[in-house]
Amino acid sequence: MNAAVTDTERENWEGEATTSRLMRPGELDLSHKVILYVEDITVSFDGFRALNALSLAIDAGELRCIIGPNGAGKTTMMDVITGKTRPDSGKAFFGQTIDLTRMSEPEIAHAGIGRKFQKPTVFENHTVFENLELAMKTDKRVWRSLFAQLASDERDRVAETLRQIRLEHEADRVAGLLSHGQKQWLEIGMLLMQDPRLLLLDEPVAGMTDDETERTAELFVSLAGKHSLVVVEHDMAFVEALGGLVTVLHEGSVLAEGDLATVQNDPRVIEVYLGR
Amino acid sequence: MRTPLTVRIFDSMPSAGWVALAIFALVAWVGVPLAHLMLPESSPFYVSGYVVTLMGKILCYCVVAVAMDLIWGYAGILSLGHGLFFALGGYAFGMYLMRQIGRDGSYQSDLPDFMVFLDWKELPWFWAGTDSLLWCLLLVVAVPGLLAFVFGFFAFRSRIKGVYFSIITQALVYAAMLLFFRNETGFGGNNGFTDFKRILGHDITSPEMRVTLFALSATLLMSVLILGRYLVTSKFGRVLAAIRDAESRVMFIGYQPLNYKLFVWTLSAVLCGLAGALYVPQVGIINPSEMTPANSIEIAIWVAVGGRGTLIGPVVGAAIVNLAKSFFTVTFPEYWLFFLGFLFIGVTLFLPQGVVGLFRRLRGKVAEKSFAGPAEGAVAADESAPADADDAPRGAKGATA
Repeated sequence: MNAAVTDTERENWEGEATTSRLMRPGELDLSHKVILYVEDITVSFDGFRALNALSLAIDAGELRCIIGPNGAGKTTMMDVITGKTRPDSGKAFFGQTIDLTRMSEPEIAHAGIGRKFQKPTVFENHTVFENLELAMKTDKRVWRSLFAQLASDERDRVAETLRQIRLEHEADRVAGLLSHGQKQWLEIGMLLMQDPRLLLLDEPVAGMTDDETERTAELFVSLAGKHSLVVVEHDMAFVEALGGLVTVLHEGSVLAEGDLATVQNDPRVIEVYLGR
Repeated sequence: MRTPLTVRIFDSMPSAGWVALAIFALVAWVGVPLAHLMLPESSPFYVSGYVVTLMGKILCYCVVAVAMDLIWGYAGILSLGHGLFFALGGYAFGMYLMRQIGRDGSYQSDLPDFMVFLDWKELPWFWAGTDSLLWCLLLVVAVPGLLAFVFGFFAFRSRIKGVYFSIITQALVYAAMLLFFRNETGFGGNNGFTDFKRILGHDITSPEMRVTLFALSATLLMSVLILGRYLVTSKFGRVLAAIRDAESRVMFIGYQPLNYKLFVWTLSAVLCGLAGALYVPQVGIINPSEMTPANSIEIAIWVAVGGRGTLIGPVVGAAIVNLAKSFFTVTFPEYWLFFLGFLFIGVTLFLPQGVVGLFRRLRGKVAEKSFAGPAEGAVAADESAPADADDAPRGAKGATA
């Protein structure tokens, strides 16, 4: 099912790519259908290789899960992609042209990569609506903010996102009063308001109830296609519900890749997870 | 469909606020002037010159308190050096007042008395043009504004925050005080400026001038309240509060906190400068004691007593503390500092949201009784978010409608 979504979406990506062939430098080039391309990335901390010649490619519109035992390098990989950590060697490209290893965190955020950290951080004294309003992709300079007012289409976008994250009845509530799971959703919503092309989600269902986890899976599946998602998660039921390709990381490099059933039956994966 | 700015300014304040402002304007522009100028001294409604000047002075302090609330209550930046900007505005306007003395000083010279006393033959370069009211008004705005801008730029760019920022501002005001104490600095040394005679040729001690200055102070306070209210209900204000609560998160969603902080910091300094300029002709003196660190700390106390992040709270706080100060320093002068200390400790321990917070909590309790317990959210929100709990955002209302 997921494959079908990506196929139709790929056509969209392709159409867009041909019309914007003469693109400005720094604009996202998806002409080869790959949105994120990581090659031979190595990161060492005091001799410990957190990432060891890691290579990975994410297609436009794809929903990819990354699993792996603790210390496999999942979070470090996200740090490299978002500019928080500089790799010792290797390449990381967003689309065909944007070199992530040369950009700062805000530049990468502006280019269209959004990241949700493990611990949800929302503006607790602002309402849910205001949290989304602040996150919205728009001119964020002082002078604009002084005179900014929401246009009706922006209002619609907030309302649409509120629906997506199922917080439409909480719009006027102060974010600090939300449940943990709702805060996770709000943060996902804030990510969506920035309209990123690629979303990196680090353990998005940590601390959620089973019911909330299930609804989050539905949300992510519905987002795939329009956005590309990379989800790091330990919860196998959740990974299964997402249904996309699964990449297993171990000791800083890719151990196995495939759908969940294939990966789970891979003897090397079993060995890593269950020990020798 | 864009709403005109005037309508948005009007919408930013609840109607009760406008009614209160209108009553205040009526009293300040009509009531007090009439009571001072027209009524005989025997009338029970007569307002004496002392009272007019005292109220005018307190109104200037109220402006400083609101300026302080904009940066402390809404942006989370505690300045313990705001007395500097207030004093600089006062000095800038004081230069004009000194030049207006003309040859009526003790030495009958064109130069201000203290310069004659120091045996200076001509005005220092930075006194050039100070005989013009317009130029001095420009200095009133530009000097505190520029200093705040440059200082703020380096401090915020270096990401100096919290107590470190407070200490640096304290050091800044102290250094400025030492500088202004020197006779060679050219601002009258420890005597500062005094013996003012006139503004635009009119006698500065006349009752008409007194009520004019008082009414101008009231006008400034009202303008600052309206401006502040617009700012904190705008998107700018929401970004500011977000910076206060989670600065790195704000950066991560694409805002540059440096520019936001710098804007509100500079604005706050300019407002203090304007207040200082109106303060000096009313009290008749400006000297470096305005820059003592204790004075700047007192500004923070006014805001804490009234309630941070409420705009109106600091006005209440500044009024309460200064009225108490006028009373104590006349009746029991030696106990004033003890009272101030106990007030600050008491407010910190028992009224973390200040007088306005107490008022809101009481009102909340009454509401709770009459509606048999509204959403527990309202009470909890009051505790976690005193600043914005009552300011239900217009945007949010519109979206759910």
